[in-house]
Amino acid sequence: MSLKVAITHRFDGFDLDVGFEAGPGVTALFGRSGAGKTTIVNAIAGLLRPDAAQITLNDTVFNSAQTFLPAHRRRIGYVFQDARLFPHLTVAENLDYAGRFGARAKGRTHIVDLLGIGDLLVRRPATLSGGEKQRVALGRALLSDPALLLMDEPLAALDGPRKSDILPYLDRLKSDTGVPILYVSHAVDEVARLADHMVLLSDGRVTRSGPLFDVMADPAAVPLLGVREAGAVLQARVTDHGPDGLSTLQVAAGTLNLLGVQAPIGAQVRLRVLAQDVLLSLEMPQGLSAQNILPATITSIRTGDGPGAAIALDAGGEALLARVTGRAVASMGLEQGQSLFAIIKATSVAQDAISGGST
Amino acid sequence: MSLDPAGWDALRLSLLVGVVATLLALPLAIWVAWLLARRDFWGKSILNAAVHLPLVLPPVVTGYLLLIAFGRTGPAGIFLEQTFGLVLAFRWTGAVLAAIVMGFPLMVRAIRLAIEAVDPKIEAAARTLGAPPVAVFATITLPLILPGILAGGVMGFAKAIGEFGATITFVANIPGQTQTLPSAIYALLQVPGGENAAIALVLWACVLALGAVVLSEWLARRVAKRIAGT
Repeated sequence: MSLKVAITHRFDGFDLDVGFEAGPGVTALFGRSGAGKTTIVNAIAGLLRPDAAQITLNDTVFNSAQTFLPAHRRRIGYVFQDARLFPHLTVAENLDYAGRFGARAKGRTHIVDLLGIGDLLVRRPATLSGGEKQRVALGRALLSDPALLLMDEPLAALDGPRKSDILPYLDRLKSDTGVPILYVSHAVDEVARLADHMVLLSDGRVTRSGPLFDVMADPAAVPLLGVREAGAVLQARVTDHGPDGLSTLQVAAGTLNLLGVQAPIGAQVRLRVLAQDVLLSLEMPQGLSAQNILPATITSIRTGDGPGAAIALDAGGEALLARVTGRAVASMGLEQGQSLFAIIKATSVAQDAISGGST
Repeated sequence: MSLDPAGWDALRLSLLVGVVATLLALPLAIWVAWLLARRDFWGKSILNAAVHLPLVLPPVVTGYLLLIAFGRTGPAGIFLEQTFGLVLAFRWTGAVLAAIVMGFPLMVRAIRLAIEAVDPKIEAAARTLGAPPVAVFATITLPLILPGILAGGVMGFAKAIGEFGATITFVANIPGQTQTLPSAIYALLQVPGGENAAIALVLWACVLALGAVVLSEWLARRVAKRIAGT
């Protein structure tokens, strides 16, 4: 699967000029509100006709100087922020809607089970909760047998608990259906949990794109993600659950002891380690309450416009990101290629940043 | 409430005119309402004005304009007679045309409001699921605006039954042929001693109008309930 997108579009004094490609798996389109994310997905879906665009999915030309394929012939599943269920139809009728227009829906039962919406089939959208609506909308999009799934902030309209309700379904969806997904979001935690690739968007331009682990650990991405949100994503394997609630996880550079890990022993999980929660030490620290210490090497230092500096680290082959002050860089004499120790506080790895993602 | 034969004729004719006019006008009204609600095109405000004109013109003027255009010597009248053998002036078919023209703005208004209340985002969602534009209209828009269509239909029907000025100008007041309920009441009131017969017709007019409103309210509530799904 390969989606190639190049769009220029001008509206309300806003200039959109983007180009990117998306492969199999989940590609996150990340940017603050007003960065042009929804315009891009609407153009891909055919709901908006851009001033100029070259959009192709595999061998199908959606949009070029000569062609504009209408939305209903693009075979794209679109999950909107507001579920947009058809109010006059039951859940079952909503799910089967695409089937009326020739979509060969594979495995309705499977999708209904996957999303846990079996009990809702006879109900009307008006009687569903926000989370239930969004699950039905997801199922409806999947049952149109899409070649690509567009998800425009599908969790943004939900509150915290509802979000956590749906995220596991998205995890499953990703590993189960194999439909490539373009996932639009301005929430770093969702992206860190779900995405394989990441396209960073800012003021209508693509500022960074590449594999998730690389982009998240890129010091240059720190201002784009926000200094409090920036942080590398590590792959870890759960090796033990201690009786004190601490779990042991294996990462490339060593072991980490973390709180509140739900995944079973042996499971692969992603850890999002916020850059601001990583401390650096030139020597192996002694007598420190923090237990998670990984040896690392500095790969690059980026001093920002403010007082902070973003330090890119290599920890056993995995990228890690730390944010320290410019003064610390100077007084410690940090430089590229230097070996040191990264200290991660166990409680600093947020609960919802730990996922059972399959990668 | 008992009516003489002429009264029954008038009642029957009014019902016939009302039903035929409503059925003929509704599809066109839905299309025009959709155009006005969802499309931008050159001459939109002209179309809008033309649709609403009968609402503001004196009905007698509308009737007279119809007579000029659709009379046996009018351009449209000649065309219809030569092509389809259809004569409108001074026939019950002309009363239908007058009823359509006079009720049309009411229908379009009600249906247009209903269409504007349908979120275009819902229709966009249907398109992404593979529905071509016509199917989107048939499976999403149409069911959602059904209450508006009902309301518009009932308004048009009630207007058709009660239409007087344009009808009497265009098709006159021929008992048994073009004499509708209001024309019959008017004729009875012109002769001394006609009041009693007129009262009976007036009661019938009230019953029909009320019945139509009650029926439409009931239907609209049922449909709205089905749509809301509660």
